[in-house]
Amino acid sequence: MSDQAELLPGTLDLLILKAVSLGPLHGYGVLLRIGQISGRALLIEQGALYPALFRLVRQGLLKASWGTSDNNRRAKFYELTAAGRKRLRAEVEGWNRLAEAIASALAAQPEEV
Amino acid sequence: MKLLSYLRSLTGRIFHRSQTEAEMEEELSSHIQHRADDLERSGLDPAEALRRARLEFGGHEHYREESYQQLAGNFLETLALDVRYSLRVLRKSPGFAAAAVLTLALAIGANAVVFGVLNALILRPLNLPQEQTLWGIDHDGIGFESYPTYRDLRDRNHSFEALAAYNIDQAGLDAGKDPSRYWMYEVTGNYFEVLGVQPYLGRLIHSSDEHGPNSAPYIVLSYGFWHSHFQDDRSVVGRTVRMNKHPFTIVGVAGPEFHGSSAFFTPDFYIPLVNQEQVRGENQLEQRKNRRAIFESLGHLKPGVTRAQAMADLDAIGADLEKAYPQDVTHMNFTLARPGLGGDFLGRPIRAFMTGLMLLAVLILLAACANLGSLFGARAADRSREVALRLALGSSRTRILRQLLTEALLISLVGGVVGLWASVALLQRLSAWHPFPRFPMNLPVTPDSNVYAVAVILAVVSGVLFGLVPVRQVLRTDPYEVVKAGSTPTVGRRITIRDALLVLQIALCGVLVTSSMVALRGLARSLHGNYGFDPHDAVLVQAELSTAGYRGDQVPAMQKRMIETLSAIPGVSSVGMVSYPPLAMDARGTYVFKDQTTDLIPANAAALPSTYYISPEYLTAARTSLLAGRAFTWHDDKNAPRVGIINQEFARKVFGSPAAAMGAFFKLRDGTRVQVVGMVENGKYFMLAEDQDSALFLPNLQSPSNETWMVVRSGDDLQQLTAAIRGRLRDLDAGLFPYIQPWNKEMDGALFPSRLATVSLGVLGLMGAMLSITGIFGMAAYSVSKRLRELGIRIALGAQRRGVLTAALGRAFKLLAIGSVAGLGLGILASRVLAFIVYLATPRDPLVLAGVVLAMALLGLLATWIPAQRALSVDPLMLLREE
Repeated sequence: MSDQAELLPGTLDLLILKAVSLGPLHGYGVLLRIGQISGRALLIEQGALYPALFRLVRQGLLKASWGTSDNNRRAKFYELTAAGRKRLRAEVEGWNRLAEAIASALAAQPEEV
Repeated sequence: MKLLSYLRSLTGRIFHRSQTEAEMEEELSSHIQHRADDLERSGLDPAEALRRARLEFGGHEHYREESYQQLAGNFLETLALDVRYSLRVLRKSPGFAAAAVLTLALAIGANAVVFGVLNALILRPLNLPQEQTLWGIDHDGIGFESYPTYRDLRDRNHSFEALAAYNIDQAGLDAGKDPSRYWMYEVTGNYFEVLGVQPYLGRLIHSSDEHGPNSAPYIVLSYGFWHSHFQDDRSVVGRTVRMNKHPFTIVGVAGPEFHGSSAFFTPDFYIPLVNQEQVRGENQLEQRKNRRAIFESLGHLKPGVTRAQAMADLDAIGADLEKAYPQDVTHMNFTLARPGLGGDFLGRPIRAFMTGLMLLAVLILLAACANLGSLFGARAADRSREVALRLALGSSRTRILRQLLTEALLISLVGGVVGLWASVALLQRLSAWHPFPRFPMNLPVTPDSNVYAVAVILAVVSGVLFGLVPVRQVLRTDPYEVVKAGSTPTVGRRITIRDALLVLQIALCGVLVTSSMVALRGLARSLHGNYGFDPHDAVLVQAELSTAGYRGDQVPAMQKRMIETLSAIPGVSSVGMVSYPPLAMDARGTYVFKDQTTDLIPANAAALPSTYYISPEYLTAARTSLLAGRAFTWHDDKNAPRVGIINQEFARKVFGSPAAAMGAFFKLRDGTRVQVVGMVENGKYFMLAEDQDSALFLPNLQSPSNETWMVVRSGDDLQQLTAAIRGRLRDLDAGLFPYIQPWNKEMDGALFPSRLATVSLGVLGLMGAMLSITGIFGMAAYSVSKRLRELGIRIALGAQRRGVLTAALGRAFKLLAIGSVAGLGLGILASRVLAFIVYLATPRDPLVLAGVVLAMALLGLLATWIPAQRALSVDPLMLLREE
């Protein structure tokens, strides 16, 4: 557990959008997918997923429909809307810029200043 | 576990947060199930897997609640919270809440009443199916038409589906007991079909009933008349009754929702138009010249036919008729008007008047909103600390605005409901009001769903309007500044628009208060004025001798018998006959000429006096004082020299002075020389507010009159007298169908303009006063709360109560004084106009002036009472500690 990183505030939405962009998923599936693509490095409390999912649905970035899962259980499946795809692109760009900036800032050496 | 889920679903149902919540619940448990499946696959036994899955999920309730809020599904809960909070806040300032609710109730009530009348008269005057395609035909701006012309229009037009017509008339009806005269419609055979009226009982009148004059002796009763006069007796259908002595058969009862095709004139029953002769006693139906046969023709336009096309179509027929009957018809210009208001002749002014009134009402509402807006602004300023604290504690501005708006809407809705309730009561009284006792005229203005909807919409809109005023204030609030320094008094401009608006409102209120007091005084005086006769302790009896079958010399003989019969009633002191009483909405003038005039044309006439044909005792019975000479006697008949009695104005106008008039001669238009044998006091003849008019009285034996009104004077109870008169006349001739009414009741018609003006001015004055009160209240409250700290310092420094009041309210009082003086001045000017409507209305009346000043002072006192109390009760210690 201790090798898992705490999620930065605001990044959960981005991760959900990314996970769902790879194909329609139900809530538990989103969780698994995030674990899978992050190499199990991120810590998300399972219940915290749902307020975020509902928020994204209300903002029109995700749409939901009921279906049947691989386990043969009823589940609500989420997929990206057009607005969601656009938002994902923008967020990814923003995140990359931020990450680059932080990375370059942290890589600074005394002689460079 | 089962019990737990049962309990959960039960609580779910109790809080019934709808389907979303159930779905959410299902989704969360689906998640847990999936996790449990995975854990089971990794080797755990099912129960343990489920337990672990639950644990890993975390705070189930917490996430559910959070998800729910994310869905924004908590609208109702927030609303309930806001409403509860608003109620608590409003309870703390009951004066403010009451003033606001009352203002809105008045303003919205006024709008609802005016809209109710507008709705009833203009939007749905007849309440008939497909009213939008129903049009009435106006001939030269009024609906009157002759029967032959109607028939030609009906048969030759290509625009109407069918054309019906009706006339309004009066006839005596004897249905066994209590024969009386009633109002009815004479209708064409297709009338009910065209209007789409269904029978309630039996059948209606059909085209197949008509086979020429007097061929269809059938009566259809209106539902209301059947209910009140036949006690809902279903066996009336088929019964034979006598109408003006002719037997008619009741064939049915019209549906309860049908009140005739004229908005003002509700008939008691309907008979076929072809039987008009039996009503009038003379056959004029086939005369093309006689445009009194039909009151209005009306029908539905065919689909696709426009109003202009239909008018061109009718005009073409009119042109043909002009060519064919040049002797009888001219000016055959037709227009289409909305039916129900008697054509454009009445309809246009009514529409214009109602539109004006509606505008005025909306303006009143807007002014009320402006006032309440400033009141709310004052409150928001008072609460700036509260708002700042809430902002500082993390509340969002939207949330605070939402709460303020809820408060405003709450007030406006309560005000709207109170106003609507009052206006419904008023409208119902208005519907039951019969201003003219002799005519079945009333305003059928029962409110419908339209009225309710308009009131609610107005309430919501005005709530939003004045609720939005403090928004800017809240949005600008900087919590840090306010909490640190308290609300900073802003430096105001010297004269703001708000001040000007307030002065205008007060001035308007002054005008209304002045003119309503002038009108009230005028009305009070005219109730006890001298009309040249005394309507108290007397009963009027009218009888139509021609419809009862009396002709020629039989008429004066019958009149004399009636006088003798009525005089024999115990308690009756005198009985006089007159062709029509003064001030009964009837006037006939006769041209009179000086004795030396030879060319007797109207241009040479010396006067056009109101002319009355009277029996010898009329002057005594009417208590018209004879100033000189003698009254008539039964010897002033056809064999005696022609004589007349004149009033003072007649003497002045024709002979120069009363002294020169006695015994002098004048001429009538036919050349007859009439000698003046008596002179009576001046009186009122056509309307109360008229200029002094001349009057001439001629003996009924020398100038017989078919029209017969009896003035029966008695000191006894008029109710009993009425019954006695009815009985005696029935014994004399059961076909007389007399109209009997106490004279002062009949005067209601003459007093109608004064009453209407007084009531409407009074209501408007009340509105104006209410607006001024809230306006001043709002302004005073605002200035007091803005300067609370300054006032506290003044008090701490030892200022007197007087000084504090001047500082706090000086401006409000100044505005009040300016507005009141302007209003009083304008009101006095306006009252001159009022004198044309209300008899004896004059602003030069100390009582009126004192009343206005008192009213305005009272108004100011009332409006500034609460702010003044607040200013005086400022506790400097509290205030300084707080800051």
